Amino acid sequence: MLMADVSLRKVVKRYEDVEAVRGIDLDIADHEFVVLVGPSGCGKSTTLRMIAGLEDITDGDITIGGDVVNDVPPKDRDIAMVFQNYALYPHMTVAENMSFGLRLKHYPKAEIKSRVTEAARMLDIADLIDRKPKQLSGGQRQRVAMGRAIVRNPKVFLFDEPLSNLDAKLRVQMRIEIKKVHQKVRTTTVYVTHDQVEAMTLADRVVVMNKGRIEQIGTPNDLYHNPATRFVAGFIGSPAMNFLPCRLEDVGGRLNVRLTDRLALPLPPARAARYQSIGRDDKLLIGVRPEHITETRPHAEPGVEPFDGVLDVTEPMGMETLVYFTLEGTQVCGRVSPNAGAAAGRPLRLAVDLNNMHLLNEVTGAVI
Amino acid sequence: MSSIAIDKGAPTRTVKYGSVSRDRAWALRWSYFFLVLFAIFSLVPPLYMLITSLKSSTEISAATNPWWVYHPTLENYVKLLTSNQFLTFFRNSALVSIFVVIITMLISIPAAFALSRMRFWGSATLATGVFLTYLIPDSLLFLPLFKMFALFSSYTGIPLINKWYALVIVYPTLTVPFCTWIMIGYFASIPKELDEAAIIDGASWFQTLTRIFIPVALPGLIAATIFAFTVSWAQFLYPLVFTTSTDQLVLPVGIVTTLIKGDVYNWGQIMTGALLGAAPPLIIYAFLMDYYIAGLTAGATKG
Repeated sequence: MLMADVSLRKVVKRYEDVEAVRGIDLDIADHEFVVLVGPSGCGKSTTLRMIAGLEDITDGDITIGGDVVNDVPPKDRDIAMVFQNYALYPHMTVAENMSFGLRLKHYPKAEIKSRVTEAARMLDIADLIDRKPKQLSGGQRQRVAMGRAIVRNPKVFLFDEPLSNLDAKLRVQMRIEIKKVHQKVRTTTVYVTHDQVEAMTLADRVVVMNKGRIEQIGTPNDLYHNPATRFVAGFIGSPAMNFLPCRLEDVGGRLNVRLTDRLALPLPPARAARYQSIGRDDKLLIGVRPEHITETRPHAEPGVEPFDGVLDVTEPMGMETLVYFTLEGTQVCGRVSPNAGAAAGRPLRLAVDLNNMHLLNEVTGAVI
Repeated sequence: MSSIAIDKGAPTRTVKYGSVSRDRAWALRWSYFFLVLFAIFSLVPPLYMLITSLKSSTEISAATNPWWVYHPTLENYVKLLTSNQFLTFFRNSALVSIFVVIITMLISIPAAFALSRMRFWGSATLATGVFLTYLIPDSLLFLPLFKMFALFSSYTGIPLINKWYALVIVYPTLTVPFCTWIMIGYFASIPKELDEAAIIDGASWFQTLTRIFIPVALPGLIAATIFAFTVSWAQFLYPLVFTTSTDQLVLPVGIVTTLIKGDVYNWGQIMTGALLGAAPPLIIYAFLMDYYIAGLTAGATKG
């Protein structure tokens, strides 16, 4: 089996007056499933299209399997791509769609047939093989588009927001399907999405992009628990992390984080040691995920500090209830047990778990 | 049983009182009114041609009701269809039109593909330029063209004046710009992911054109073909200028120049000739209309 690692070195894409991608470095290992995620206009699709060869590279190098492919046309890069709108050839049957690339390369008929049959079986579309795309549902079309990529047996799969056109239920189902396929064929995959849930669930490693730059690269859990910047902290996770302006103060030999005039919370020892060197007048942000703001528990845990809030809105989700309240004009979200007695307009005793807090520099947005 | 009870309770439920359906009904009524009006407007002349073509010369000149045939006869048809001259006109028309369609398609399809897909320097300006050339009327072009052809013939010795094949060279100046323009529009409606998918699948530009674009844009190609055929079949000014010998004439000019002798109009045969001349485009329309309407792009992408 050929090595199919992909690497980007200082890759830049400049359109006439805008820099869509501003020098990114990325190494994707053989068999790895990497997801590029970010808001629209962050350069993730442009990056993918540069790997595919559909966009020229303004500066830098892209290598696939060790070879620089900057000037190699797409058909010679040994890649396959799945598009958001499927891009099936409307005048061809499913089988013809899937075999088009192989037929262009003059593969023997028997080989084509066995590959198409195999891929169709894997994707559960064997009985649709003679249909035209317009006779298929959205999910089936997306399977055919994946089949077209699989039969080529390429070095790299490229997915450009493949699930964005599907409804929510089908999206979850196809997500699992894509993961299954990758577990079977183990082809190096680069997958672009704006949906952080898709990124978290599919990826071996997630690349968070913003404004043409890579904010952070890491495993889904790594990004969730150790975000490097405010952007990553706010982008990954739903509902999003809460950010509140704060500063540090020393009270009787202990380090406190002061949120409002009336609310200051003592930091747990590990956190206090970590933040000791920070200037007491520095403008800081405290970042706390909603699941770390809960109702108070009967026995106090170290680092979990209680406070009072008046709830503005509650959202019962069944398994939990999301509660929204305001601290110094900032809306804060917490997740409490459905039995906690949360009701809109009523006060609730809450507890924040400072063992899982993040402290950010308000100016630079860096997590300290 | 229950349905009968409901019907009794609401005997007038079949009438829809919704403002939307009432609006729609009125819109339909007006549509039909105008459609019938236009149908009458455009169908009366051919009907009159048909009536006249079934009359003998004596009946045409007799002072009877012009809208009724008292002694129907096929003599005009027999005369025309057994006349070598008429068949020559017909053959010339057919040859010119077929060659023009072929040449037009061979130029327009690649041109439209290049202009709509292969973004190169000046492609947008060029596309507009193609359309602008169509706006120049042929009555302005025929004199310089005639001059050019005469000059070309006198230098090379290749006869172009008074030859039917000269029309095969001239007509594309009318058909190519318009057909290219229609097809640019059709190609532009094909999502760009489709050619990107083809390129990634390993297709060259030419394979993308022949194996993806042409089949997908077939309705557009057929519309362009119909247009090119109709233009060259019905063209009058150019053949009138470029051809004079009776063996080189095409139908529209041939009918007028041979069936009007001095101030004698052979109305019966003129009408018959015109009617027979109108048949081929009609037949082509009838056959290709289904293709033309069928939306082949459905299912290519979401939606």
